[in-house]
Amino acid sequence: MSTSTHDHDASTTETDRLLRQTSEGAQVLRRDTPAQPGAREIVLTGDSWPDDDETMIINMGPAHPSTHGVLRVMMELDGETVLRAKPVIGYLHTGMEKQAEQLTYVQGGTNVTRMDYLSPMSNELVFSLAVEQLLGIEVPERAVWARMYLVELQRMASHLLFQATNGMDIGALSMMIYGWREREEVLRLVESITGLRMNNNFIRVGGIAADLPDGWQQHTLDVLELVEHGVSQYETLLVENPIWQERTVGVGTITTDEALALGATGPILRSTGFPWDLRKAQPYLAYDDVEFDVCYGSNGDCYDRFLIRLYEILESVKIIRQCIERMPGGDYRVQDRKVTPPPRARIDESMEALIHHFKLFTEGFKVPVGETYSVVESPRGEIGCYIVSDGTPKPVRMHIRGPSFYNLQSMAAMVPGSFVADAVAIISSIDPILGEVDR
Amino acid sequence: MNLLAADPLYAKGIDLTVVLILIGKTLAVFAIVLLSVLFYIWFMRKVIADMQNRIGPQRAGPFGILQTLADGIKAFFKESSRPSAADKRVYMLAPYLALIPAVMAFAIVPIGGEVSIAGHRTYLQLADPDIGILWLLMMSGIGLYGVMLAGWSSGSKYPLLGSVRASAQLLSYEAALGLAVVGVLVHAGTLSTRGIVDGQSWTSWHSFVSNWFWLPAIGAFVIFLIAALAETNHPPFDLVEAEQELVGGFHTEYSGIRFAIFFLAEFMNLVTMSAIAVTLFLGGPSGPALGFVAADSWINVWVMPVFWFTFKLLVLLYATVWVRATLPRLRYDQLMSFGWKYLIELAFVWAMITGVVVVGADQGWNRWVTVPAAIVGGAMILGVLWLCIPRRGETVEEFR
Repeated sequence: MSTSTHDHDASTTETDRLLRQTSEGAQVLRRDTPAQPGAREIVLTGDSWPDDDETMIINMGPAHPSTHGVLRVMMELDGETVLRAKPVIGYLHTGMEKQAEQLTYVQGGTNVTRMDYLSPMSNELVFSLAVEQLLGIEVPERAVWARMYLVELQRMASHLLFQATNGMDIGALSMMIYGWREREEVLRLVESITGLRMNNNFIRVGGIAADLPDGWQQHTLDVLELVEHGVSQYETLLVENPIWQERTVGVGTITTDEALALGATGPILRSTGFPWDLRKAQPYLAYDDVEFDVCYGSNGDCYDRFLIRLYEILESVKIIRQCIERMPGGDYRVQDRKVTPPPRARIDESMEALIHHFKLFTEGFKVPVGETYSVVESPRGEIGCYIVSDGTPKPVRMHIRGPSFYNLQSMAAMVPGSFVADAVAIISSIDPILGEVDR
Repeated sequence: MNLLAADPLYAKGIDLTVVLILIGKTLAVFAIVLLSVLFYIWFMRKVIADMQNRIGPQRAGPFGILQTLADGIKAFFKESSRPSAADKRVYMLAPYLALIPAVMAFAIVPIGGEVSIAGHRTYLQLADPDIGILWLLMMSGIGLYGVMLAGWSSGSKYPLLGSVRASAQLLSYEAALGLAVVGVLVHAGTLSTRGIVDGQSWTSWHSFVSNWFWLPAIGAFVIFLIAALAETNHPPFDLVEAEQELVGGFHTEYSGIRFAIFFLAEFMNLVTMSAIAVTLFLGGPSGPALGFVAADSWINVWVMPVFWFTFKLLVLLYATVWVRATLPRLRYDQLMSFGWKYLIELAFVWAMITGVVVVGADQGWNRWVTVPAAIVGGAMILGVLWLCIPRRGETVEEFR
């Protein structure tokens, strides 16, 4: 486990190197390239498995304590050894992408926020960035920093929850409560800012929904202190724990090439020793203005993924501290009344404001014809949003590249040859959110 | 084999009073086991809740002390469903196969000292058979059938995996448990639990280190505690019912009171194992008497031994709760390799060391020679054994 330190000046060359590395990786894995000697052949799909009396097919889920929602995993067992595993998804399919075609861009945030329900603001952010690209608007500095601050809060909450569920899945039951405990404090802070604990719909096209409340700095500092204390407790409890290491080191290994071929991103790709983090690689918001490190592992196993998420909490703490220090003043959303609503007081005074308000919340705003793709780093990996606009207030097509969906594919590569208990640890270390997988 | 005769109760022949005393003792032991489980579950939930920043049960009775009772009553009135694929008779029988040995194992535990009831001298323990501690191994061996058959007869896949794990786990750790007990038996020179406790009697504060067996049998003590946790399916060895992997393990398909009976049996086993550990290593009921009351007053004869026994039992039970709240669960293969590659070897070598030391003491050899010689010899045997054991990496490589 190590962290790469990028100092501010060197970040551009570092980015170039990373980009080159990725394109090379992608080339090696093109379809016409012959398989590398010794490469594992991974069967991800397949309708029927041969009937064999010596093995047992077991369906883990969709109702199982540790499949994180409604994932179903078909596993072929020889004794306790898993020969093959196939994730079966679709049990939480809600048609959100199709639904987006019926909703205006104003309503779209409410829709996408429900996909990855553990880091809703990443979804809102990527949607807002895509729409803003189409509109060609530039959000004010304060909105940029507030967005970064909120998304990092959410990353902390999400990784804290991962610590909780990962601990629980490997049998460390107290860890579950400890993780929830710190996450609760973060969510309380989020609630005091956005009004909601989850599905916030706070990051909206053109900025954020409201200005940060009074005293947010002190409240945040208090929470950060609690979180840092919590993380040091988790370190004491698990990082050096021999049983924990037995259960996670060398379990569910995956190589960089495999992870890239499967489209896995986030902590799974980073655990293989490939320091790919969009916050460094393609800085968005104000990430090139803040100091933080990218955590990456070397073995691509469950232990590395656990450590990466643990230390990313501390990196988020760093970013949030800088946000508190350097939060610029000014507007928290663009003052273009075609995109953002007028202040409530203006509606009573100005006919024009009333009309803007009415038009915005009935018809929405028109977006120029075009298509765009925006991508950010969510706690789970690259979340992308592809929008096609035909000039009306509703998108013709919206597609979300959910990192959980691609990460979940890598499960089929990690599980074969391990034990049932390992399969549980692996699913847990992928940290899939089924709402995002099925959308 | 005489199961009961060691008790002075039968010295004057058996009459109606003796039978009544025996029935009374039987009922008392049964009540103690049930009540201790009732309170242990409450205690465990409260302590774990405290360790996890929660409140724990607090609604039923003062401090929620009746929570387990409420849960039990609820389980009684719940529907007991049975999968259609289950083997009906075995499925119905299995919970009782787990429960009965769990209750019976407690019979040999000395709870207090020697008392006098209605003119008859008797021990505060239900039975003191010659086979003594072997009774415990017998009962825990039979208790395995309950778990194994429950999983096997459920006609479902997760319970089947659970029962396969159970049979492998309980069988392998039985070996380590038995070998750990040998470390004490050699010192005590008897199998009878009363005899073992008498060998650790309290004479002064010095007895804590000089008389109790935990120090001379320290290796056996540690091995016994680990093996006992595995034998009772206690975390970190609770693979048999690993919720996150096997849903509920062997009892996945059980509901209502049959489900509750499995839990009752499991916690009874835990209490019994802790009580046996107290008996073997911590002197059972022995402890300082109150100096300011007469040595033969009811306080020193009845209360103090029971108090010391309960106190030591609570210390061990608290330790089990602590372990439960702290450690992650081992994996099946790690459990097996830990048991077979390390624990059994260690227990075996410790039994040999104990043998050499005790024989040396009998023969009047110089203790300063025999003890180091035994330890060096044991370490050499362990070294040779560990050289022969394949390392984990090697087996995993083949496996991949």
